[in-house]
Amino acid sequence: MSEHEAYLRQRKLYKLKVNATQILLLVFVIAIWEIAGRLGWIDPFIMSQPSRIIETLKNLHNEGTLYYHTGITVLETVIGFISGTILGTFIAFILWWSDFLSKVFDPYLVVLNSLPKPALGPILIVWIGSGPSAIITMALLISLIVTILNVYSGFSQVESDKIKLLKTFGATKLQVFQKVIFPASVPTIISALKVNVGLSWVGVIVGEFLVSKAGLGYLIVYGGQVFRLDLVMTSVIILAVASAIMYRIVLWFEKMLLKWR
Amino acid sequence: MKDNIPTVSIQNVSMKYQSPEGEIEAIKNISLDVAQGEFISIVGPSGSGKSTLLNIIAGLIKPSAGKVLVNNKEVTGPTSMVGYMPQSDQLFEWRTIWQNIILGLEVQRKLNDENKAFVEKLIKDYGLYEFKDKYPSQLSGGMRQRAALIRTLAIKPEILLLDEAFSALDYQTRLIVSDEVKQIIQQENKTSLLVTHDLSEAISMADKVVILTKRPGTIKSAYNISLTCDSKTPLGCREAPEFREYFNQIWKELDVHV
Repeated sequence: MSEHEAYLRQRKLYKLKVNATQILLLVFVIAIWEIAGRLGWIDPFIMSQPSRIIETLKNLHNEGTLYYHTGITVLETVIGFISGTILGTFIAFILWWSDFLSKVFDPYLVVLNSLPKPALGPILIVWIGSGPSAIITMALLISLIVTILNVYSGFSQVESDKIKLLKTFGATKLQVFQKVIFPASVPTIISALKVNVGLSWVGVIVGEFLVSKAGLGYLIVYGGQVFRLDLVMTSVIILAVASAIMYRIVLWFEKMLLKWR
Repeated sequence: MKDNIPTVSIQNVSMKYQSPEGEIEAIKNISLDVAQGEFISIVGPSGSGKSTLLNIIAGLIKPSAGKVLVNNKEVTGPTSMVGYMPQSDQLFEWRTIWQNIILGLEVQRKLNDENKAFVEKLIKDYGLYEFKDKYPSQLSGGMRQRAALIRTLAIKPEILLLDEAFSALDYQTRLIVSDEVKQIIQQENKTSLLVTHDLSEAISMADKVVILTKRPGTIKSAYNISLTCDSKTPLGCREAPEFREYFNQIWKELDVHV
């Protein structure tokens, strides 16, 4: 066996070891949790238990409410996420276009960025009404300001020589944006997307806590109030899986767009 | 067009910049004619306004006084008569070589079959045809520079402005690339203005070297270069016996104090 083959083999083995340990760790935690409940080390009523979570999942599946609540939360998140990204990028474009506006709005954006957006929850409910639109608005607000700031700074960091090159061809300001500013900022926009995925989930769950009629956030609040910790744990796990899937989709999107790397 | 009309005529051009700290006079009363097919190098100490002069010729900024004529037409803004080669190649990483090369035509909305055929001929002539669907990161420094030159030639400019065009390359690549670029420029019979810090580069490539003074930049003197060398390439011409003489004279003129 050549030295290179040995090296490759060793690398593969190492990767396998990492993966195996990851899986074992998960199995171990689940097993301990289950055993601890059965042997009475912990109180399953308060701490829940893997078998009870599976039971709850089955029940939710049979009642059909599993898909109803998950669907509502996912839909609200996706809408909040996409509108936050599009609107944020568009506002960043306006700020890039007009140096005057960007100077005027700079201090306001800084203040809005540091404001904890959930504080606006009650205001949104009064203004928009307690329903999905208030929840989506919350998700949008929570990601909007960060998107504007990140994407705008991406736009302003494009190499001036690239812009100069286009101007020597006689490019208009809109052409400069189309041909260089926007494409050069795609990596920045994607990293904004990655941040926004997480933030939109936060916005939607906070919104559902406040408005509380349907969705995983509602199940969590409801489960807590009636002391059904199984329901709370189950919803948290569904949430973890759903947000991981959404993050994966963004990663895939990144790979498609940045083929040139 | 008659032969006695210079391709570029710079007439009493001055440029003042305004800044909060005050007024900066970058260049003052510069006049220079560039004949068709001529290659002129401009050298001068840092801050002598070399790049300002190129920006004015390219139509990117308006001079405070004086005017520039290209083919007897006054420059009022960027036109396809002037081709600009920036420092480092500035190829767009997200575009393939072909898409990079047609960038100028795309911006000027001149992407017709005739121009496409012209560009295709250029990339075939200069050995980039097999690489046209590759991304810039997959090409060597020399090939990238060639692609950048073809991008400039694609808009069929009357004059090429090379703004420290090779300064981002390492020394060896730089020697080879300036050879290649000079060859292509000669074959396409283009008029060129090169701005550089590198005296050897300036002398070996040009028919004429123009020396600017410190700020505000004015023309101090100009040397017609004639080197006796067989190969006629910039690299070969560095071996010419006159090369060292020119170098020493121009070096003294530059009056560099560190």
